Amino acid sequence: MSTDTHAAHADDHHHDDGHAHSTFSGYMLGFVLSVVLTAIPFWLVMSGTLPSKQITALVIMAFAVVQIVVHMIYFLHMSAKSENGWTMMALIFTIVMVVIALSGSLWVMSHLNSNMMPMHQMSGMK
Amino acid sequence: MSPDLLKLIFGRLGFESLPLHEPIVVGTFAVVALGGAALLGGLTYFRLWGYLWREWFTTVDHKRIGIMYMILGIVMLLRGFADALMMRGQQMLAFGGSEGYLNAHHYDQVFTAHGVIMIFFVAMPLVTGLMNYVVPLQIGARDVSFPFLNNFSFWMTVGGAVLVMASLFIGEFARTGWLAYPPLSNIGYSPDVGVDYYIWALQVAGVGTTLSGINLICTIVKLRCPGMTMMKMPVFTWTSLCTNVLIVASFPVLTVVLALLSLDRYVGTNFFTNDFGGSPMMYVNLIWIWGHPEVYILVLPAFGIFSEVTSTFSGKRLFGYTSMVYATVVITILSYLVWLHHFFTMGSGASVNSFFGITTMIISIPTGAKMFNWLFTMYRGRIRYELPMMWTIAFMLTFVLGGMTGVLLAVPPADFVLHNSLFLIAHFHNVIIGGVVFGAFAGINYWFPKAFGFKLDVFWGKLSFWFWVVGFYLAFMPLYVLGLMGVTRRLRVFDDPSLQIWFVIAAIGAFLVFLGILSMLMQFAVSLLRREQLKDVTGDPWDARTLEWATSSPPPDYNFAFTPVVHDNDAWWDMKRRGYQRPLTGFKPIHMPSSTGTGIILAGLATAMGFGLIWYIWWLAALSFAGLLVVGIGHTFNYHRDFDIPAEDVIRTEDARTKLLAGAK
Repeated sequence: MSTDTHAAHADDHHHDDGHAHSTFSGYMLGFVLSVVLTAIPFWLVMSGTLPSKQITALVIMAFAVVQIVVHMIYFLHMSAKSENGWTMMALIFTIVMVVIALSGSLWVMSHLNSNMMPMHQMSGMK
Repeated sequence: MSPDLLKLIFGRLGFESLPLHEPIVVGTFAVVALGGAALLGGLTYFRLWGYLWREWFTTVDHKRIGIMYMILGIVMLLRGFADALMMRGQQMLAFGGSEGYLNAHHYDQVFTAHGVIMIFFVAMPLVTGLMNYVVPLQIGARDVSFPFLNNFSFWMTVGGAVLVMASLFIGEFARTGWLAYPPLSNIGYSPDVGVDYYIWALQVAGVGTTLSGINLICTIVKLRCPGMTMMKMPVFTWTSLCTNVLIVASFPVLTVVLALLSLDRYVGTNFFTNDFGGSPMMYVNLIWIWGHPEVYILVLPAFGIFSEVTSTFSGKRLFGYTSMVYATVVITILSYLVWLHHFFTMGSGASVNSFFGITTMIISIPTGAKMFNWLFTMYRGRIRYELPMMWTIAFMLTFVLGGMTGVLLAVPPADFVLHNSLFLIAHFHNVIIGGVVFGAFAGINYWFPKAFGFKLDVFWGKLSFWFWVVGFYLAFMPLYVLGLMGVTRRLRVFDDPSLQIWFVIAAIGAFLVFLGILSMLMQFAVSLLRREQLKDVTGDPWDARTLEWATSSPPPDYNFAFTPVVHDNDAWWDMKRRGYQRPLTGFKPIHMPSSTGTGIILAGLATAMGFGLIWYIWWLAALSFAGLLVVGIGHTFNYHRDFDIPAEDVIRTEDARTKLLAGAK
């Protein structure tokens, strides 16, 4: 689709917008990190090393977050400078939106759950 | 044929699906069929199909796509408004034991269709159409970032509209209210096709909306002409940017919610059911996470239009440009923090309700700042009361009123009294009509001469204006009164005869609005006939300030022969003040994207797939889906995507304009 952009504007725009194209070693590093970050949670679940399931779940989620960051840096080439900072801006905006939607929904739904679901007494009102 | 085979071929669709028992629908169908046949016959007789296909349906020109969006919005306005008149008529008559003239089955479809159509297929196309037309011109670009995608987005929106219209004559529409809350919208309580029409119409159109949002964000971020930094962008472009950011961030939520609802309906999952761990509350929560940003998606571009109009017709630079931009950005973020005020009464405790009540009140602060900026722009300006400015003044008065009732509703205890009442109905019509609709009309009157090269007729425009404004107040002020008296929304019959007078007044108001719509159609017709007298050859009929007025009216396919360079906020005003001379020589070939029929074909297949899924015609759904993949992948092998407008053509176009300009002086 990007050919369309260039088609319409090839003569009057220079696309000097700082695409951070990664190198072969960058991709390899990202790949190895992804594999390691995937393997460890598998090992944790299959060996049952950690004492409780809750702790295991939390640790896996932590690994998932790190995995997201690795993907963004090594595969999506995100940095503070790429595309004049627009990707970073978009990322921050996305995080704000997701945090609002998730935490807000949890908060709201826990209220609705304790106040409105059948079989509960209304004494649970906060 | 055996019933099994019939079921395989036609799914749920049969002769009993046609609403032949509803005389109103049959009558409407007769009129629509006759009108449609006349239109199609006319097009065939005047051999316009080839022209329409080549120049309009397959175009990737953002200007023509913008105009087609506006036509879609106005056509759907007629449908949505017909529903409104029917409701007003029903509520006016159904007193003292009378059942009115609409049965419950039909009435429930009417109010659902009215809401869905007005938001998704009137307000959205009007807003998207104006953004599509104006934004690339305002930033000095030749087209949007992805011209083919733009064509595709438009036809997907049309596809959704086609499904909604089809539901009028084939089967029925949802009877659930415009947001289709479960458990009512789940298969147990709505086993018919209505909710499926609702789901697939919105899903098909939603793809178009999301893609068009991505397209316009990209356009604004990447294709601004040299010198136009973010803080030199026209305010309409700023509000369009924020609106499209909201679209991209919120429409996926709608898509997912509707997908979960369709899983509940089609494969028996229990996301939103009453039993088996499902939670209908989650649907309400999620759909308003989309729904509240949606109202700002609609109103932010309107704010942009009013900013352009106020500054142009006051002959002054916009007061507080920077604060306007920050107010827009703050509204963008805050619009995500208020969704719970749509369901204060559904069981949240005091802490949740106070948080969302307060954020809702806070959002009125940046909006109020905008209002003061417009007032200060007008202050000591030389105001010209042309039609766009008249709509702007009407907006300011009406919207402030609607905003105040909104702040009133934001107080949770007050909302416990007023929720689900006609007070709420009056409030949101007050802000949507006063804000979005008046904004779209201001925009239409303002940019029409740019799009067609002649102004709109003032007499019929003023007539339309006064009918609309007076009609609006007559139609909705009684609803405030009724709401305060405790009348709830969506009622079909009434017991208390003392309420009737208010509904009669509201119906008279709705009829005046109807005259306003007719006057507007007359305005278009009369202007077309009088186009020689109303002609504008300068390209800048209002002595305006932003770049779209720097080129001819209508602009050439390539918008600008040379990409403009910007030094000031009001770029065109600055160019005029510094004695800008149009370049007359040195034209080069211009690289442009080619037209393609892929967009309309893909959208047609998507619509057919939606129809198949609605009626359980599985072979049709599967076949269309396969077709979508084949055509979509096939399009990636289309290498005839661009061409060069030869320099001679550019010279011819520009010379013609030079002659016209010389003649004008």
